[in-house]
Amino acid sequence: MLNNKINRIWLALVVATLITFSLGESGLSGRAGIAPVLLMFALAYGKGMLVILDFMELRHAPALWRRLMVGWLTLVLVAIVLAYWLGSRW
Amino acid sequence: MAATQTTLAHDVREEPHLVGDLAIWLVILAELLTFGILFLAYAFTRARHVALFNESQRTLDLHSGVVNTLLLISGSWCVARAVQAVRGDDSTQGVRWLIGSLLCGSGFVLMKVTEFAAKLHAGIDLSTNDFYMLYFMLTAFHFLHVVAGMVILAILLVRTGQGAYGRHDCHSLETGAAFWHMVDLLWIVLFPLVYVMR
Repeated sequence: MLNNKINRIWLALVVATLITFSLGESGLSGRAGIAPVLLMFALAYGKGMLVILDFMELRHAPALWRRLMVGWLTLVLVAIVLAYWLGSRW
Repeated sequence: MAATQTTLAHDVREEPHLVGDLAIWLVILAELLTFGILFLAYAFTRARHVALFNESQRTLDLHSGVVNTLLLISGSWCVARAVQAVRGDDSTQGVRWLIGSLLCGSGFVLMKVTEFAAKLHAGIDLSTNDFYMLYFMLTAFHFLHVVAGMVILAILLVRTGQGAYGRHDCHSLETGAAFWHMVDLLWIVLFPLVYVMR
């Protein structure tokens, strides 16, 4: 089953999701500062990249489109983490 | 169906190209821009009202949030498998995978409707506070895109069943698939942002 790339990607997405879930379920997010938030959005970045590059097949697309999509993901996630950090200080 | 297929049946000798119609990619960019702004609105509003957001977030069901994430991921998986099958001229398998994606989407819709109904029943709506305003805006707007994606997949399912697509032409299927993956991508950001981050 895992010799099909699409299946491997699905598995990775599921695992990343379950890790994020455990961050929330354990209550770690909210008690351990910025670390759980960094982790969950690093995971979101990884998941997003798999969807963008492989499911949406932008790995084989002209560079401009790949950069636009990856740039969007990066920008949004960095801004979210920045906002979280600001919120913890205001 | 090739059991040892390790790619998406993509011919790597081809020039770099976008899969699907260019029009859908312009739509995708516009959607990402819109949702990006909403995501940031949520994140920065939260930064000014951390206690309120943390408290209101408690009323969200993390378990249903993670199940919804898994459903959309699995829906994307099914769509990607469908495209792979059809590229290999196996429309029968393509149909089965598209049915799978619609089942995943239906599960998501069912859970979301239940979630919204529960909130409204408890007297919570867009006007309750800033958290709920953004929560409803984000999730309801996303929900509409899930529904639109399912309509597209349903149409593609019928066409695939009629043998309209294959190795020679997968264009429309790829176009619809790209839109569905976008819906998944948006939720990948939304889930930790709204349901987990505290």
